[in-house]
Amino acid sequence: MSQRQIIQVFEQYQKSRFQFVQTVSDLALRPQNIEILQNAGVMSLLRCLMLDVVPSIQQTAALALGRLADHSDDLAEAVVKEGILPQLVQSLALKNRFYKKAAAFVLRSVAKHSPELSQEVVASGGVDALVLCLEEFDPGVKEAAAWALGYIARHNASLSQSVVDAGAVPLLVLCLLEPEIALKRIAASTLSDISKHTPELAQTVVDAGAIAHLAQMILNPDAKLKRQVFSALSQISKHSVSLAEMVIEADIFPAAVACLKDPDDYVRKNVTTLMREVVKHTPELSQVIVNCGGMATVIDYLGECRGNLRLPGIMMLGYVAAHSENLAMAVILSKGVPQLALCLSEEHEHHIKAAIAWSIGQIGHHTPEHAKAVASSDLLVKLLELYMDASSSEDLQAKSKKALKSILQKCTYLPGLEPLLYDVPSNILKYVVCQFSKVLPNDSKARRLFVTSGGLKKVQEIDAEPGSPLQEYINAINSCFPEEIVRYYSPGYSEVLLKRLENYQPA
Amino acid sequence: MAEQLKIKSEVEEFKKEYFYRNSGAMTKAIKISEAQLNLRHIEPTTKATYFQAEENRQRDYQAANRIQSWFRASKVRAYLSHLHKKAIIIQRIWRGFTARARFRQMVKAAYFIMKMNFYEAMAVRIQQRWRGFFVRKHIHNYYARKSYLEGLSKKNELVRMELAELEELQKRERHCVEMVKEQTAKVYQAHRLHHLLSTKQCPGVFNSPFRPAPHEMEILLRQVKYQAPTRLDPRGRACLMGMLGPTAPSFPGTLGSPWIKTTGTCCSSKPILPPISSKKQQGLFRKPGEVWEQRMLCPDLTLRLQTSYTHLEEAQNQLQHKGTGSMLHHLRHSSNSFTQPAYAKSFR
Repeated sequence: MSQRQIIQVFEQYQKSRFQFVQTVSDLALRPQNIEILQNAGVMSLLRCLMLDVVPSIQQTAALALGRLADHSDDLAEAVVKEGILPQLVQSLALKNRFYKKAAAFVLRSVAKHSPELSQEVVASGGVDALVLCLEEFDPGVKEAAAWALGYIARHNASLSQSVVDAGAVPLLVLCLLEPEIALKRIAASTLSDISKHTPELAQTVVDAGAIAHLAQMILNPDAKLKRQVFSALSQISKHSVSLAEMVIEADIFPAAVACLKDPDDYVRKNVTTLMREVVKHTPELSQVIVNCGGMATVIDYLGECRGNLRLPGIMMLGYVAAHSENLAMAVILSKGVPQLALCLSEEHEHHIKAAIAWSIGQIGHHTPEHAKAVASSDLLVKLLELYMDASSSEDLQAKSKKALKSILQKCTYLPGLEPLLYDVPSNILKYVVCQFSKVLPNDSKARRLFVTSGGLKKVQEIDAEPGSPLQEYINAINSCFPEEIVRYYSPGYSEVLLKRLENYQPA
Repeated sequence: MAEQLKIKSEVEEFKKEYFYRNSGAMTKAIKISEAQLNLRHIEPTTKATYFQAEENRQRDYQAANRIQSWFRASKVRAYLSHLHKKAIIIQRIWRGFTARARFRQMVKAAYFIMKMNFYEAMAVRIQQRWRGFFVRKHIHNYYARKSYLEGLSKKNELVRMELAELEELQKRERHCVEMVKEQTAKVYQAHRLHHLLSTKQCPGVFNSPFRPAPHEMEILLRQVKYQAPTRLDPRGRACLMGMLGPTAPSFPGTLGSPWIKTTGTCCSSKPILPPISSKKQQGLFRKPGEVWEQRMLCPDLTLRLQTSYTHLEEAQNQLQHKGTGSMLHHLRHSSNSFTQPAYAKSFR
């Protein structure tokens, strides 16, 4: 045969290989094809094709492998078992940028499924190779490498530590400064995943100067970038007071409050999460956020969103109110209590209701003023209902009981307390009656109201063991009123009177 | 009588003697010694007096002993009681002295304690007032708290208003951007569907005779100028549409060869700069020597002119002297209305 014919044979083979790889990678995009491909033994074939001479076939094979591993756990494990990882890691250092992108994609899809698979990736030297990729010029390669590192670091603290030990953090901070938005997003997301596990990791991220760069990106118009930036800042600030103070010193706060009006839901949720993580440490940090108007904006945000998105906002209100009495008053003045009442009536999930009950307890337990503000929105009745409801979870019941007790011990607002005399278990009734016994001796108008609204009647109907504190409170209440009225309202008085009538002889 | 008395006393004495004689232990001893010494032959009366004297001696000795011991004892007792009394006096005086001294000390101490209690009570009053003042002014300052809470409410209102405005602005911006996008898409469609424009003979699809007025697409078709199809791929075309404003139906005129060359890279969001035209020299440059001369050499700045101030009169006089009278007369009149043109030449 002539030379041209021989070469044609080779070209045909190359074309068919290329077509195969291309088709497999296109098929791998659909989940229904994956099992068929797996059964047909695509893994070993792709493994051989990754060692192919032609670079485009190598790249497409790697891409196909990545897509397959992405879809399911078993395929990712198969990738590891077949020993493809060391090959990939070696070639990451040598080949061109398209191959690097595809190889980083494979590593990412393997690492995302479980910590064990990520450990395999780390053990085969993948982390060092990916960090080398972060030093490349091409932004696509950097993005793929950063993404893979993010998925590895996401699982647990030791994997994050191995990522940090490979020196990834300064390179990631440099990636934050690049002009491409996608690269910034991925770098922010990876920094967030690294710093979420322990304070030491967060400190490493902060020492690399990440906070200043993240703070600059807050006013960027891209919504997904803002999500990742706020998530990163909240993961950093959640660990300790000093980290939270460093985040605040970056002057994000008046600007971040404006992001609460962003149309994207998750941006708002992440801003609220950041505020919650900062606020929970000390009263001074809460003061900073309250002073820049953050409280009012969060309360408005609670009115606009639904479901799980409300949870960080509710917890933030609870943490702020827990620190001191004037912060709790600030929450009340910013119209927090009616908003919480609304949330309580709208939400049905038990964990959200438990969070609302806890926050209300934190707001109301400081002084009688606060308890009055809570009681006047009829929240005491609702808390009682939550406590008494048999279908509430244990956590919800415990939290609502604790909140109710702590508010009742300070409540002197009698119209709010009166509904609580009816159908109440005795451990709560004790507190209610105790409060009445404290207020009634001093206030004559309250005594009159108590009689006319039927409260005195109800108190007489309570039977308590003699000598118990409940009986003492009832006696204290009875001693505030003249005997005739007490006798009049005591149960069975009409029978007593009728008996007297039977014995009476007209003169 | 007296004899009777005498006899009685003798009998008495005799009984006494007999009693004394026969009483006591001595009697037995004497009787024994009598028996031993055979003293029986001695006369009974001497015997009686001798025995009696013996007994008496013992008795008297003992009695004398007793009396003497009693006397000594009472002497000693008297002495002891004297001593005791004196000692008691001394002790009394001493105790009184120390007790009075102690009492004086106690009084001083009690006085001191009373004073101190008084001072402390006063100090407590001062401290109470001070602490109350300090706490109310600096720590639990009611007015500061009140003004803080008022300020906070105002700040909240302000922030809520500002954020509402911001949100409004952002919504409008987004709405604007969407409208622009929609309009450019319509213009693009109009370009593609230019062939559906209605003609005089045949009304187009968008200009049905049954409609009261033509459809907006028809109006757009009329506005858009037809452009010959160029070899642009769709991405480039879309970018071009995006770049130009919504009211730009006349862009075909600006299309030329430079645009076609840049289609490969114009898909990104970066703005495309106009191409750099060929290098032209920027201006008519002077030679360096001339410029240096201009800068370095100073002009002659004087008030003197090349021509003298009275130049015109002199010229007139000369003419007068040279020429005839009538012509000069005319010249003189007409020359007075001239302005002086000579000054421009004095500066280089």
